[in-house]
Amino acid sequence: MALTLEEVRSIAHLARLKLTAEEERLFASQLSDVLEYAARLGEVDTSQIPPTASVLPMNAPLRPDEVRPCPPRDQLLANAPDTEGGMFRVPRVLDLEP
Amino acid sequence: MAELTDLTLLEAASALRSGDVSSTELTRACLNRIQSLDSQVRAFLTVTEDLALAQAKAADQQFSNRSAESLPTVLGIPIAVKDVLCVEGVLTTCGSKILEGFRPTYSATSVSRLVGAGTVILGKVNTDEFAMGSSTENSAYGVSHNPWNLDRVPGGSSGGAAAAVAARMCFAALGTDTGGSVRQPAAFCGVSGLKTSYGRVSRYGLIAYGSSLDTVGGLARNVADLAPIFSVMAGQDPLDSTSVPDPVPEIPLNGSGVGELRIGVPKEYFIEGLQPEVGTAVRAAIEAFREMGATISEISLPHTDLALPVYYIIAPAEASANLARYDGVRYGPRRGPSEYPEDYFVTRGELFGPEVKRRIMLGTYALSAGYYDAYYGQAQKVRTLIKGDFEAVFEDVDLIACPVTPTTAFEIGAHGDDPLSMYLEDVLTLPANLAGIPGLSFPVGFDSDGLPIGMQLMAPHLGEAQLFSAAYAYQAAASWHTRWPEL
Repeated sequence: MALTLEEVRSIAHLARLKLTAEEERLFASQLSDVLEYAARLGEVDTSQIPPTASVLPMNAPLRPDEVRPCPPRDQLLANAPDTEGGMFRVPRVLDLEP
Repeated sequence: MAELTDLTLLEAASALRSGDVSSTELTRACLNRIQSLDSQVRAFLTVTEDLALAQAKAADQQFSNRSAESLPTVLGIPIAVKDVLCVEGVLTTCGSKILEGFRPTYSATSVSRLVGAGTVILGKVNTDEFAMGSSTENSAYGVSHNPWNLDRVPGGSSGGAAAAVAARMCFAALGTDTGGSVRQPAAFCGVSGLKTSYGRVSRYGLIAYGSSLDTVGGLARNVADLAPIFSVMAGQDPLDSTSVPDPVPEIPLNGSGVGELRIGVPKEYFIEGLQPEVGTAVRAAIEAFREMGATISEISLPHTDLALPVYYIIAPAEASANLARYDGVRYGPRRGPSEYPEDYFVTRGELFGPEVKRRIMLGTYALSAGYYDAYYGQAQKVRTLIKGDFEAVFEDVDLIACPVTPTTAFEIGAHGDDPLSMYLEDVLTLPANLAGIPGLSFPVGFDSDGLPIGMQLMAPHLGEAQLFSAAYAYQAAASWHTRWPEL
């Protein structure tokens, strides 16, 4: 299964990755190799087989909803590239009229 | 006494108890060795000298205050931590530029339990970026070198951990294993490495790669040294809902019970392409178990050859979701114009390395509309078959014995621009992660180039005690684990 450059660009867009033209070409070929290798999974008859999402029986354990300490705000913000007034500062995401 | 760094963890613990040595002396000996050798090995990304000496001082205080019997074995023992595990206040990069400068506000449960028991943290050791790789060549901070031959890789992704242990820069190291990342570097560096059962050790504070596969484990100079590390780390944690409530067993280190063991040898693991010396050494080790009274039988795990394609769909799918959080908002640097959403694209495009981008792309594709059923859905169903292979076999045998890696440590650069050929390095370790079972890798010989050969034992889910017991019995009679590289 060979991926086209167009498909690579569309996957990169979904994954929010800006790729160089060189990366697009390289990934098209490398990802195609892996997908071709993975294609053998399609040959296995799994019509009667349930999927395994986790090896443990997942029964979503519950706990009491209690207030617990969390790290102070200035510590959490200290790792951010840009902050203002005790908040993460990001480029404008909404086009609102002022 | 010889060099302090030549001691095993248990010998060091015993010397601390007798008062022959202090934790501060052990810690300084490790720091000195890192200082003098790590320019060649490049195992460490961050050395936490001040933290280590403060922890050592506190440990020495405890030894002087209390009777030694009541103190944890790991008290005062210097270890290294793979850079995907959070240590509060200490740089934690996952070998990635996208987490450059990140200092977690909390420690991983595995780390905080060890620190709570008095373990000394020497620093953070190298890893393939976000644990994606088999050589440390995917680290954004440079490759680590195999102490047995500096032109070879130490394996990966816990390659820094394995190299640091083999070079005797620390008494043990914490690693993580999502597809073989503890066992393979342990084999390449001639040390012992434990991949724990899924759910046995909390994943809290382990920066996520493939959440249904990720496990925390340890590497040390021998199997006995791993036991106290495991005992402290293991056990349920309210901060990880996938950690299991089952009690952590006592680890028997007396070599008893090997005579009753039934060990299965899976024919599918002696693959075409297996380096002949690896096959020979592993078969000799299996023969040693037979001589100790174990019953050896050939078994079949028929879906083994499907583990690789299953893994390279499921792990990237989980990674693509887990790594969506790196957007240059809350941690790490931000790149590109101050314009949404272009800043996300540029930050991620520039700061993730090629292998991480490949796996994010692969996972995004496998989860995308129109391909989900064919790839991710199908991989999850075949995973059921692989897990079923192990369940069926463990009806008849107690342990599985097989090679860890197809070859001994390969040369830096050997896999160049061919990711698929690198993925094939993991073919013998991936199945245990897909099934969630524990595995233990330990040295069983050397090839003609003087490179270590590893063997792995696998046990049923939560069967770590059996692994320890059997491997301990082997090491009580063998001497491979007592050989160390000249540096």
